[in-house]
Amino acid sequence: MLEIKNLHVEIDGKKILNGLTLTINPGEVAAIMGPNGSGKSTLSYVIAGKEDYEVTEGDILLNGESILEMEANERAAAGLFLAFQYPLEIPGVATMTFLKAAMNAQAKARGEAELSPGDFMRKVRAAADRLGINPDMLKRPLNVGFSGGEKKRMEILQMTLLDPAYCILDETDSGLDIDALRIVAEGVNALRGAGRGMLVITHYQRLLDHIVPDKVHVMAKGRIVKSGGPELALELEKDGYANYVEAA
Amino acid sequence: MAPAVVQMRTPAETALIERFEAEKGVLPGAAAERAAAFERFKARGLPSKRVEAYHYTDLRTLMRQAPGTAGAALPLPEAPAGVTVHSLAEALAGGFRPGTAMGQAEDVVVDLNTALMREGMVIRVAAGTVLADPLVLDVVQNAASRHDRVIVEIGAGAEVTLVERHSGPDGTAYQSNHVVELILGAGAKVEHVRVNAAGNEALVLSTLAASLAEEAELMSLNFSVGGAVARHQSFITYAGENAKLDLRGATMIRGRQHCDNTLVVDHAVPHGTSRELFRTVADDEAHGIFQGKIIVRPHAQKTDGQMASNALLLGDEAAMSNKPELEIFADDVVCAHGATCGALEESQLFYLMARGLPRPEAEALLVEAFLGEVLEAVSDDTLRDELAGRISTWLAARQAA
Repeated sequence: MLEIKNLHVEIDGKKILNGLTLTINPGEVAAIMGPNGSGKSTLSYVIAGKEDYEVTEGDILLNGESILEMEANERAAAGLFLAFQYPLEIPGVATMTFLKAAMNAQAKARGEAELSPGDFMRKVRAAADRLGINPDMLKRPLNVGFSGGEKKRMEILQMTLLDPAYCILDETDSGLDIDALRIVAEGVNALRGAGRGMLVITHYQRLLDHIVPDKVHVMAKGRIVKSGGPELALELEKDGYANYVEAA
Repeated sequence: MAPAVVQMRTPAETALIERFEAEKGVLPGAAAERAAAFERFKARGLPSKRVEAYHYTDLRTLMRQAPGTAGAALPLPEAPAGVTVHSLAEALAGGFRPGTAMGQAEDVVVDLNTALMREGMVIRVAAGTVLADPLVLDVVQNAASRHDRVIVEIGAGAEVTLVERHSGPDGTAYQSNHVVELILGAGAKVEHVRVNAAGNEALVLSTLAASLAEEAELMSLNFSVGGAVARHQSFITYAGENAKLDLRGATMIRGRQHCDNTLVVDHAVPHGTSRELFRTVADDEAHGIFQGKIIVRPHAQKTDGQMASNALLLGDEAAMSNKPELEIFADDVVCAHGATCGALEESQLFYLMARGLPRPEAEALLVEAFLGEVLEAVSDDTLRDELAGRISTWLAARQAA
């Protein structure tokens, strides 16, 4: 279970999250929708362990244990994965080298054996194939010169290979055309189940046509203002966020 | 009339002068060149920071003494077919004249080397010879002071990789003044890699002087991790048209290390191409220096020169001094330079850490990527792997410290 309890977060003295509470159960796909500036990306960064933010109150628990004191890499090894809205370009680091380093680092942190080079290659090739990623792309420096769609597919490839317990997808649909969106959504859907929890952060309903959530939460002014089923997303698409922002 | 400023001789200067006077009778050959070089040194002394080319590396202060012992023989590499190797003493005794690769450059460190050079060699690669394996020079410091000179003449159309590895014991304040002259014939192709893995208290002075005949191609990489103070200077002269230069540097320094890469690229003729790519990684309180001067002479039209120096500062107290200079006297040229200096990108580090890499590993990956680009010009796989391994070793030592 991933529990966010009464979370208050500031950056440079500015309050972004104001008592956000949210629980994601194993196997559950939750969506967070909200207008620009409601703190959605901040929430994803704080869960993943970005250092610029100050948690002034509240807690984040993964399977009952607080992760707030953990470094980003420790959170990753504990089973958290953030698919970035804007994946970073890392010049000079071949994608394959990076994937191997990440998988080995997590295996090491969990006290597991590293993959053999043969097993690693087979796993990567199979996952890349399912996501329509050209093997040549894996030889190029990570994300450098990739299109928006390629970057997002690369995030899902990493998510597939790292096999996390909880995934946070931050605006995964941004910058994608409809074909790319479908491929990415299929990749995400293939990872559903098996007790894996997901938090899908989005602005628009359209992603949720492809990744149908179990629960929908509306976020405004740094907290959850309404929760419901998938029908809530449709309601928002029709009526907009204005009512919730005013009420918040 | 203002009184002339008389600078007191430092103990090191005095020792060097006494040493030359004592040794000149037994130093092998080139008596006239030695005497002329020595007079220039005697008139100028060791360069202080008031000498522009030494502004960041004040040798007058840094060279507190001049140990007098001469080094034992420099082992000569085996000569493959098409290559002859003679000891410096033998060549000078036979009337060989050093210094032709210096072009119009003048430098007091080179003058000192010319005056006191004792060990070294003259290597001649016959025209058209293509060597499959690198010529390797392992220079292990075996005395408190060495003045070695290595001169390599590469005949027309010959292709050679030359590797120098310099090493020595930690904990000894030894000094080395090593000069390499490369004289490239028409269409010759040379890759030159210099590895500075000197001991941690060493004062390492090294010079590359090269002259490029028409259509010659030179790639030279200074890979520097060693020494308390290291200065590598390159003087490149274009003697023929359409020659290409690719000058590179990879520097890794920490603690209070000081590493200076200074270069003067003299486009004396038209249609020359030069690329300079220097990358410095400085941790702790280390100080990196890059001084790059590109001269384009009045008739050297169609010169194409691009120079870049990039530094990564890992420590809060680490520093980098970048001084690119273009002196262009021709009007139809393409020349540019760029210098950057900064810390590792926090956003990139976060991205890597969010995938499970602990911070030191994430940093190492980014540093390796930063320096890796410089190694791309080394075409010998074994050699490139060796250099990559040295980067990993440096990073591992940094993490352990």
